[in-house]
Amino acid sequence: MAQVERPISPHLHVYKPQLTSVLSILHRITGVGLGAGTLLLAWWLVAAAYGPDQFEAAQAFIASWLGRLLLFGFTFSLFYHLCNGIRHLFWDAGRGFELKTVYTSGWLVVIASLGLTAVSWIAGYASGDAL
Amino acid sequence: MSHRTPAGRVHGLGSAQHGVDHWWAQRLTALALIPLIIWFCISIIGLIGTDHVTFTSWLSMPGRAVAMLLLVIATFYHMKLGLQVVIEDYVHERGWNVMLLVLNNFACVSLGTACAFAVIKVAVMG
Repeated sequence: MAQVERPISPHLHVYKPQLTSVLSILHRITGVGLGAGTLLLAWWLVAAAYGPDQFEAAQAFIASWLGRLLLFGFTFSLFYHLCNGIRHLFWDAGRGFELKTVYTSGWLVVIASLGLTAVSWIAGYASGDAL
Repeated sequence: MSHRTPAGRVHGLGSAQHGVDHWWAQRLTALALIPLIIWFCISIIGLIGTDHVTFTSWLSMPGRAVAMLLLVIATFYHMKLGLQVVIEDYVHERGWNVMLLVLNNFACVSLGTACAFAVIKVAVMG
């Protein structure tokens, strides 16, 4: 019997992106991104263990434009994953499932992660200038 | 009391009895990482552009070294669990699936060990 070409379940792209679905996939994307970012953390720590020259090299890379760009992405990913992770922990505790609450907490996560990223970078530049 | 039928038990069907371990470990590490990440971010902002001597003396304080070790352990454990789910969800081809799951374990354990060793070395020997 020939294989029947049955319709498969709807592809995701037929759906209009919503805050809930976008934030959901963003949690995974930032998680994977942070995983890649741990290479930078490992380099930085291991360089410190090797000695002053290697540590200076790592610090110089982080201070470069590419380093800052990566660090900016890392900072936002970290705060987003942290805030949305807390949102997930509330769901795990069985709270916040009402549609209205899901949207409120979603927007809160967006605002908090953008705000924390901005505050960190302002504090970072202030701290760097103070040296 | 179990509602499993004796036949079901004999066939070894159903849960392998450790399905919740992954879920629970991911939540425990997430919970641990909340204060650790906040501490790390505040600390790192104060350490921008520091030289080697300043950084090593900063990390040589026992409380900081222990906090950094906990951060490293929780981070790489959480990362291993998270990346595992991503691989299981998106990589369906059996060979790639197994290979990536193995690589994920090796990478997370190796990176975590390297970071932990670096923290201990810097904290103890400068």
